[in-house]
Amino acid sequence: MRFLFRTSHTIDLALFQHSGQVFWYGLLVIALLTAPLVLDPFYLGELAQVFIYAIAGVGLMLLVGYTGMVSLGHAAFLAIGAYAHARFMTWGMPFLPSLLLAALFTGFVSMLVGLPVLRMTGVYLAIATLALAEIVEQVLTHWTSMTGGFRGMRVPDAEMLGVALDAPRPFFYVCFAVLVASVFAALNLLRSPTGRAFVAVRDSETSAVSMGISLVRTKTLAFTLSGMFTGLAGALFAHRIGHLAPDAFTLLTSIQLLLMVVVGGLGSMHGVMFGAIFIGLLPQGIALARDVLPQGVANLPGIEPAVFGAILIAFLILEPDGIYGRWLKIRRYFEEFPLYRKDTFKRQQRFLSTERLR
Amino acid sequence: MDGAQFLQVLIIGLSQGCVYGLIALGFVLIYKATEVVNFAQGDLMMIGMFIAFTFLNVLGMPYWLGLMCTCASMALIGALLERALIRPMIGEPTFAVLMLTVGLGFILRSFAGSVWGADPKSIHNPFSGEVLRLGEVFLGFENIAVMVGTALVCIALGLYFRYARIGVSMQAASQNQLAAVLVGISVNRVTLLAWALSAGIAGFAGVMLAPVSLIDPQVGFIGIKAFAAAIIGGLGSLPGALIAGIAIGVIEQFAQITLPTSLATASPYLVMLIILIVRPGGLFASVQRKRV
Repeated sequence: MRFLFRTSHTIDLALFQHSGQVFWYGLLVIALLTAPLVLDPFYLGELAQVFIYAIAGVGLMLLVGYTGMVSLGHAAFLAIGAYAHARFMTWGMPFLPSLLLAALFTGFVSMLVGLPVLRMTGVYLAIATLALAEIVEQVLTHWTSMTGGFRGMRVPDAEMLGVALDAPRPFFYVCFAVLVASVFAALNLLRSPTGRAFVAVRDSETSAVSMGISLVRTKTLAFTLSGMFTGLAGALFAHRIGHLAPDAFTLLTSIQLLLMVVVGGLGSMHGVMFGAIFIGLLPQGIALARDVLPQGVANLPGIEPAVFGAILIAFLILEPDGIYGRWLKIRRYFEEFPLYRKDTFKRQQRFLSTERLR
Repeated sequence: MDGAQFLQVLIIGLSQGCVYGLIALGFVLIYKATEVVNFAQGDLMMIGMFIAFTFLNVLGMPYWLGLMCTCASMALIGALLERALIRPMIGEPTFAVLMLTVGLGFILRSFAGSVWGADPKSIHNPFSGEVLRLGEVFLGFENIAVMVGTALVCIALGLYFRYARIGVSMQAASQNQLAAVLVGISVNRVTLLAWALSAGIAGFAGVMLAPVSLIDPQVGFIGIKAFAAAIIGGLGSLPGALIAGIAIGVIEQFAQITLPTSLATASPYLVMLIILIVRPGGLFASVQRKRV
């Protein structure tokens, strides 16, 4: 077991807590950088998909996990990012500026949307974002001149410095680079006063305000940044699927994104990664399971959403802290080996109470 | 649009709105008792429709008996769901329970698809095809049945929450669980009852909707519109949910004939967003605004 002796406050603020983290994350980065040399292009594509999910997850985690606001409509921002990027590229903009502009544009839209919507809290906010996603879906379907309507629009081929980015290997590196940049940006944000303000608002609005935090400013900023990261993911997602159509961005997509942060573990960047791996590889897992299961069960139509639902429910009931929470518990168990107490992570029983009058 | 056509559209809107209202009542009931938003309410209604289909068409029961049996078996299903999934979550954040009901909705849809098949079905009922003619306006019997049925359920629920002991304790349990436990209310039983009642109402709504809509596993998605209604009404208010449900049904019908398709499809959500922006707690808000 490692003991951290804090000799100055900078340790608490450091990006890496100790040299062990530097070593292991470095190893992970090297492993991923060399992966394209050994892996089959198919698996590279799957990994790129996981990275894209993770970028969107970073955005959603900022909102749900750190600021405590639930959005059931993040597919809308994914869609806005994807369509904006495809549109900019059709107009002849190079890849990189288009990518950044799409992210900024999505952030701008989510700020506009956020200003009125953020007056609501809890369930009301979740439903307002859901309504928003429905409206965006209608816009995508019916604004034919801009989005191609039902038939959708083709995403132009990307190219940077003479390299075609749509091939599996370059695309893998692009997604990886964007993911690393996003995580780095998000982690830095969370170390700053702004990020601390997010967490303060999540834990108690009353105490946050009494410490001089502006609720409106903090919430709008969180919503904007969340939209920006998700838009960035959407732009990459556009290249991944190659052809945009409204049915790629439905309520199911929003719920998938939310499922990702819940299953991964709310309130940690590790949770995003675990969740993204889980969501990205689940369809493959189900496909593999089909081969193993008896014929009658395996051929049932629509078994995939049911498995999704069942896993979500199982996590919520059995492990509310998600995969990362479970990992922390396992690690603690081995660190304290003979002395681990069962109730170390037990949460205090909470009782519901509201300000409702009737 | 002349007067008769206006009335005709209004009536169709009213009966459609009553179905939204009925589903919204189910939402509100669970919300009032447990502060949980049940996202699977529309899917519960879908299951109710399939159960009614089984009773009426497969087993050949008479209509009224089938209706009773559907409501009863739905109440049982609601109680079982509560016991298996919701009870372990008492005391968890409401967001977690919301996610859980989202997952439940997925499972219910797949379940219905694999048991009853994906092709649309319809139910025989005693009123279909019969029409009451008032001047130039045609009143379908099934539309009248929906409206009357909704009115009856609402009156019964209103009385229940106002006078019945267990109805009052439901409200107490949702306002402050700890205090409710301290005065001797069994929160577990209250939650169980709320889910059973709500699922029963969902079954009733399903039977009411069945003659005007085909039955397939995706029909539960109209629950989202009912959700909009419940939110507009203020989530904690039974009459609010009903009024908002009817309003949404009527607005949607009129939007369909006067506005382009895109706006018509999005109209319930647009109305909801506008109302939420003006009054963030809904029209009949029962929440005291937190003073910060």
